[in-house]
Amino acid sequence: MQERVKGPQFDIVGTRPVRPDGADKVTGRAKYGADHRVAGQLVGKVLRSPYAHARIRSIDVSAAAKLPGVKAIITSADFQEQPSEFVPAGEMLVNYRDVLRNVMAREKVLFEGHPVAAVAATSESIARAALKLIKVDYEVLPHVIDVVEAMKPDAPVVDETIITAGVTPPPTKPSNVAKRVEFVLGDIEKGFKEADLVIEREFNTQPVHQGYIEPHACIATVSEDGTAELWTTTQGHWVARAHCARLLGWDITKLRVTSSEIGGGFGGKTVVYLEPVALALSAKTHRPVKMVMSREEVFKASGPTSGANVWVKMGVKKDGTITAGEAVLKYQAGCFQGSPVQPGCMCAFAPYDLANVKVVGFDVLSNRPKVAAYRAPGGPISEYAVESVVDEIAEKLGMCPIELRLKNAAKEGTKAAYGPKFGPIGMVECLEAAKSSPHWNGPLGKNQGRGIAAGFWFNIGGETTVNLQLNEDGTVTLMAGTPDIGGLRASLAMMAAEELKIPYEKVRPIIGDTATLGYNFVTGGSRSTFSSGLATVEAARSIIKQACGRAAKLWEIPEDAVTWEDGEIRPAGDNAGKFKAMKLADIAKVAGKTGGALVGVGAISAQGAAPSFGVHIADTEVDPDTGKLTVTRYTVIQDAGIAIHPSYVEGQFQGGAAQGIGWALNEEYIYDDKGRLQNAGFLDYRIPVASDLPMIETIIVEVPNPRHPYGVRGIGETAIVPPMAAVNASARRATGVRMFELPLSPPKVLKAMKGGKSA
Amino acid sequence: MKHHVTTTVNGDEVEFLCSTEQTLLDCLRDELDLTGAKEGCGSGDCGACSVLVDGRLVCSCLVLGVEVSGKKIETIEGMAKGDELHPLQRKFLEHAALQCGICTPGVLVAAKSLLEKNPDPTETEVRYWLAGNLCRCTGYDKIIRAVMDAAAEMRGA
Repeated sequence: MQERVKGPQFDIVGTRPVRPDGADKVTGRAKYGADHRVAGQLVGKVLRSPYAHARIRSIDVSAAAKLPGVKAIITSADFQEQPSEFVPAGEMLVNYRDVLRNVMAREKVLFEGHPVAAVAATSESIARAALKLIKVDYEVLPHVIDVVEAMKPDAPVVDETIITAGVTPPPTKPSNVAKRVEFVLGDIEKGFKEADLVIEREFNTQPVHQGYIEPHACIATVSEDGTAELWTTTQGHWVARAHCARLLGWDITKLRVTSSEIGGGFGGKTVVYLEPVALALSAKTHRPVKMVMSREEVFKASGPTSGANVWVKMGVKKDGTITAGEAVLKYQAGCFQGSPVQPGCMCAFAPYDLANVKVVGFDVLSNRPKVAAYRAPGGPISEYAVESVVDEIAEKLGMCPIELRLKNAAKEGTKAAYGPKFGPIGMVECLEAAKSSPHWNGPLGKNQGRGIAAGFWFNIGGETTVNLQLNEDGTVTLMAGTPDIGGLRASLAMMAAEELKIPYEKVRPIIGDTATLGYNFVTGGSRSTFSSGLATVEAARSIIKQACGRAAKLWEIPEDAVTWEDGEIRPAGDNAGKFKAMKLADIAKVAGKTGGALVGVGAISAQGAAPSFGVHIADTEVDPDTGKLTVTRYTVIQDAGIAIHPSYVEGQFQGGAAQGIGWALNEEYIYDDKGRLQNAGFLDYRIPVASDLPMIETIIVEVPNPRHPYGVRGIGETAIVPPMAAVNASARRATGVRMFELPLSPPKVLKAMKGGKSA
Repeated sequence: MKHHVTTTVNGDEVEFLCSTEQTLLDCLRDELDLTGAKEGCGSGDCGACSVLVDGRLVCSCLVLGVEVSGKKIETIEGMAKGDELHPLQRKFLEHAALQCGICTPGVLVAAKSLLEKNPDPTETEVRYWLAGNLCRCTGYDKIIRAVMDAAAEMRGA
């Protein structure tokens, strides 16, 4: 039932070998963030704010420092101030003034859980006891949690330096609105005039956490000569290195960062929390400092994605042609600016070929943890709202929701509202595959409804380095630097083997540290198979070219008289001479005699990333007595470009869908009136468990990306975009009412059903 | 004061010193260097620390080290026999039933315990048995398939 629309076209790419890191992961041998230990290590612990918003009058660490076993205590005074400016870090812009304050509060604490001090001690119990002895004098300030409240003129101001950017004239007073962004295409007034039906709706979503099962963890060791080692669970150790070196004022080369195996990230491990603190504690003690967050700390102080308020207005003709789309997005940034509202704006109407679009976004501060990237950051929120309106349009026009989408679908040449013209894309192919899928044409039971929704994500490329060594026996060692979270090593080994025409088992892929390989941007933006794949192919082709050069040398003929065919180095035609073809293994044996080791490096800034579109079908069943919704059948259809390892592509589709179902039905941050998080644990913040879900059917659509040698598109993120609208649409049909708020938790659903509140 | 605990882990007799409040999970990881069991929550909600104590599936974060004196502990490190992966381990690899892999040791220990009690579980039975093992990556689909397939193979079906 796991289906691919097209068969594989290569020998290895498209097959399903066992992953190279598999055995270590099913035997407990693989080392994750908290699994490493260093002789003489200390335990580091963070003191966190009990208040949502307070000024720090003073911090007295004297009693804690006297406790036997306490080796170091740090506060914000141990970090130098950073200027407020946005500087490039990888492909992101980072303001180190805010990064610094997120790592350790300075003037004020801005959310419950905000770090105010940290201790390194000889044991965990001593470290905990020391935290209790630190006296912080707080002046508690009024706080604000809700995004709409935070935008009101009389709201407590989270950061007094924020003057709204993107409005003219600039405001004279600080507010919680950090930025206004706007994307316009065509003329929406004209578009709405052409419409026979206009629908206008307001939606609310709650922040949801990435929910990786592995808490943040690291060990830092700083030597007396200032060199430092950092072991950490991260999506990007070069980026972590840059952040830490900057905050500590160190030369980058002093700091060597190794990424552990990573127990899930989903965007949330692209930022630093513990790492600069552990390094600072180790710099004071010159002993290794290990820090591990508790689950409560993960929920309270690491990044959820934004909750939001979204208003959408769409106009459509009787024949289903959408004439205009307008949206206003208000995204929570948490306590520092930088919500994903801009990508949210850019994604909102991206699945459609529309002439008239206007999207306005607001980046809004409140007394919550600073949001972190979460799988397609920003996209799921805006597309949930737009897709829910598209579903309502289909219902009001009496049109099939797939036909309505087909009529308006983006295709090659469509100009997106955010600027570019799409190349070859798979939106139409996904809709067609959905239309003919067993699920769409299957039966529904009592109290069940079926919904469908589309989704889009950009995908990125970026700085990437891969190193290939041809070993003396003809095997290959592949070193990549984008941490492997879900099977990357398998897909890179497959591409290397395909290029080099050697068996997959002859390639051993590993993830290098920051001292052994050139720069790599994070595993994020669905870039790692795409970008590290490109770099792998480049490195492999360099090995082949070098090997051809060695053969030319041995045969004493010019290099251009040597050719690579069918995995062999051969003389190029009869004129080149008669020589026995050589394999890479033959060259490897004589590498020493012909010029030394063959090493291929692909050091690139990957260009040509192509977007991925997806369509999800959800069936839900409502319990009319309790309002509980259960997903009874689910299908993900998505364009993968070409699936290198189809099982791991399916896995990304299924995992994204499951996270989206959690977002749709259960997950939310719940605060009390003092701004304290009430559900900072997996019991009360309920991510989907095995008994909540059905099998998740997948259909891999393959519209190859022409700018990748194996046609790869990023696929990890798109899969979380459609579920909320697909579930919402199915809930509409199961319950008879249309709802405009997430999560669709039982009390809300029951209330809506009892009220018969419907559109 | 530390307690002297003697117990059996994966068939080997071991002894360790632990404080009264130290969990079995911390004893395994910090005193015995068995880091296959993971701490995902410390509150018994995620199952990443699953081990067997006298054949009973427990969250080792909810058991004290001092409680296991004289008991028989089985962890992920004892699941493969020599060169032979347990059928569940092999099926997890064949089905790509793991992505990041942090939940995998706990899921495997729990699944093994299920198949010892019920060699022929239905999909629903597998789903409910594993409902205490959170996985954020896979959506459970391939995990359930791998367990069902391993069960079939172990039954000789």
